[in-house]
Amino acid sequence: MAGIVRTLAAAVIACAALALAGFVIPNWLVLVATLAFSKGLVALGIVALMRGGLVSFGQGTFYCAGAYAAGMAMRSFGIGDAALLVALGAIAGLILGIIIAPLLAGYRGIFFATLTLALSMIVYGILNKTYSLGGSDGLNLHAPSFFGYHPARSQNASYALFLFTSLVTVIAAALCRIHFDSVRGLLSHAARDNEIRVEYLGASVRWINGINFVIAAVLGGVGGALSALSLGHIDPDFAFWTTSGEFVFLAILSGYVSVTAVFVAAILLELVRSYSSQYFPNTWQGALGVFLLLIILFLPGGLGSLALRLRPRGAKPARAPAENPNDRAP
Amino acid sequence: MTALLETIGLQKAFGAVIAASDISVAVQRGQTLGLIGNNGAGKTTFINIVTGHLKPDAGRVMLDGKDITGLAPRQVRRDGVSRSFQIPQVFTGLTLDQNLLLALAILRKEGMSSWQPARSDVRTAELDDLLGRFRLRPYREQTIAVLPGGVRKLVDVAMAVTHQPKLLLLDEPTSGVAVEEKFPLMDVIMRAIEGTETTVLFVEHDMDIVGRYADRVLAFSAGRIIADGEPAAVLSNEEVQRYVTGGAA
Amino acid sequence: MHDPEKWKPIFRKDQALYVQRTSVKLAAAILIDGVIDASWLFIVAVGLTLVFGVLNILNFAHGSLFSVGAYAAASAVGWYYGGDLGPPFLGYLLMLGAAVAVALILGPLLERGVLRFFYRRDEVVLVLVTYALFLILEDATKLIWGAESYYASEPYALLGNVSFFGLSYVGYDFALIGLAVVTGLLLWFSLNRTITGKIVLAVIHDREISRAMGVNVTRVFAFAFTLGIFLAALGGAFTAPKISVQPGIGVTVILLSFAVVVIGGLGSVEGAAIAALFVGFARAAAIHLVPWAELFIVYLVMALVLAFRPEGLFRRMSARKI
Repeated sequence: MAGIVRTLAAAVIACAALALAGFVIPNWLVLVATLAFSKGLVALGIVALMRGGLVSFGQGTFYCAGAYAAGMAMRSFGIGDAALLVALGAIAGLILGIIIAPLLAGYRGIFFATLTLALSMIVYGILNKTYSLGGSDGLNLHAPSFFGYHPARSQNASYALFLFTSLVTVIAAALCRIHFDSVRGLLSHAARDNEIRVEYLGASVRWINGINFVIAAVLGGVGGALSALSLGHIDPDFAFWTTSGEFVFLAILSGYVSVTAVFVAAILLELVRSYSSQYFPNTWQGALGVFLLLIILFLPGGLGSLALRLRPRGAKPARAPAENPNDRAP
Repeated sequence: MTALLETIGLQKAFGAVIAASDISVAVQRGQTLGLIGNNGAGKTTFINIVTGHLKPDAGRVMLDGKDITGLAPRQVRRDGVSRSFQIPQVFTGLTLDQNLLLALAILRKEGMSSWQPARSDVRTAELDDLLGRFRLRPYREQTIAVLPGGVRKLVDVAMAVTHQPKLLLLDEPTSGVAVEEKFPLMDVIMRAIEGTETTVLFVEHDMDIVGRYADRVLAFSAGRIIADGEPAAVLSNEEVQRYVTGGAA
Repeated sequence: MHDPEKWKPIFRKDQALYVQRTSVKLAAAILIDGVIDASWLFIVAVGLTLVFGVLNILNFAHGSLFSVGAYAAASAVGWYYGGDLGPPFLGYLLMLGAAVAVALILGPLLERGVLRFFYRRDEVVLVLVTYALFLILEDATKLIWGAESYYASEPYALLGNVSFFGLSYVGYDFALIGLAVVTGLLLWFSLNRTITGKIVLAVIHDREISRAMGVNVTRVFAFAFTLGIFLAALGGAFTAPKISVQPGIGVTVILLSFAVVVIGGLGSVEGAAIAALFVGFARAAAIHLVPWAELFIVYLVMALVLAFRPEGLFRRMSARKI
């Protein structure tokens, strides 16, 4: 119980700190952070899957579903409240996740990775040709309201969205942390480690992976809805392989030890992206690829594992190491 | 009285290799059976079929009168049949504590909660008792990856023994362990389950161990059972000596 | 913004012009288009499945190597025909040469230079490594060849037109079928009837025992990987004349060849051949009837096959785990 209390306390502090920070930092950074947090949520979903040994290259599917759910709700049903829109995004992710999880939960490794990639590209292809949803141009959204508050000036609007996004992010992050620290969370690690044993102990690896998949789908939907509000625009690119790939990159960069690391990494990535698109527009993917290799080689636990090394021994409960010690011979 | 475990006419072939041919065995509660036979004789296949890892080509497996043929291992486990493995199947990336914690948590009646923390400093009476019985306390905080084979074997068996299984199948519990450690290892295992009502089947190549712990022996050869009875009788059986133990009495 | 048309460049739009909307003609069109599609798919997919069989890596970057092969061939062709440098049919040799060059340069570079550092890591890591290579190669091709489209149409026109069932086809496409058949036969023959091939098969079957028997597994890895790359590049080089070579074709190719490999069974050459036909027909049917669901139909077919044979059509015997 102590762990849960500590996590909740950290969450409250984080909320307060972010609220304060939002006041102080310049507006462009507020916008960057808002978008970073929404993308971080999707990456967090991939982290949940990775703990069970699966990597999804197609989270764009749910990111897109959440974004379009929010977009259609706003445009076709006139719903303008941010909380409602994000809830709809979550539900879209949930429904899609529940439908797809049984189809994919039996697969592992490269199979799972490529099937999820195919899924997101199929969605992309279909959306591109669906002109009622805007086709390849997508749709524009207007600014949302927050529990009745309609921000007048754009500065207030960005701060309000930032606060709202931070709140959603912190809640999601805290819930994930509690889940990861729990026995059920440990079971995901075990499933990655030795599937046969998990089955022989009486649990179903399909079920474990399925639950993780749905969690990732919901997080993807929430992230998508938030991004839609942040960008004011949605289009099929949300499901394109490059988008999905970036979430994977984020998840690897941050590692699956620390939840906070995911969002720190997300902010770093957004900052680097805005710099790089100014000076090196044609090499973004390649740079990500090179970085991915470097991280895998030199920092396999991601940024989060750095934080773990800095902590004094014994201060944190034992977590599963980031690498599988059961090495495969070439 | 219904036998605890009854297999009826089990058949299993892998291409041209016959791993099980008309295996019909009835095991009563409380017995301790030794399964002997050469490599490839079908002992592990037998265990694999009983625990649901393999589906037999024909035949049935009855547990306490219930047909469990073809059920998945996790369902068979829930029905009360548990096993250990020739090569210990443990979670090498987790600590010993965490391994046992999971074994205890998975079948717990209230189910597993997302809210229950899995910190390694959580001590429960059950966990402590298990560690004590299997002499694993000194290693509890260590990651399995660094532990020697004998300890891993014990962890494997300890995980299988949780939740009082009706039937425990041990696949070569002393294999991969130094000769002078075999007896002590088997001793720890058998003492740890003493007093529980678990029926035990163990596969073993060391006839001394078989003689010491089994009250009934099944001898396998090329997928068939060639002898079934008390250890002394089976071990002096001519066919068994020719195909399994290889020596004159 | 991604142009949706760019993403599906493999079929030339003019082929559809010759199809009349009668069901027999439509069926014939689907059949023939399917076989033509299956040809380049087989060449690419068999490379993917071979690499998997030997190294146990499903190379995400396989599609990019197709792409590099296509670009290399397009450049070579452009240079050759543009300068009018010799007899037109030599252009084909040049395309083959381009594929060989790609394989000889990138094969050892990628395998010895990158992949081998990761052989001891777990499966998830290898997926990520090949994905990273995919990202790097995609941008590398953009850096070298730029973002505009390349056309290598001269070789395509060289073999004239063929016409039957009232449908007009380009002779080149049938030559492509021939290339696929020849490649398949050569591969089958070398794997099953030559000593080198048997060694490769042994490594596919069991790495450790092969090593214990004295096989230089490292060299077999390098060889198999290079061969796999060559096949991808070959597919790319000889498909280049049919399409507009541009960034992004790598993704389509990896998704399609993956489906073929899964349907056929990982590591099986015969499987890749039959699966290529399945996928070719599925794709042709989709393109003629429901173009927006092209990829979906292919994966639907894959899902159906997996429902009946979870390990693909021709599965390898896998060893006991417990």
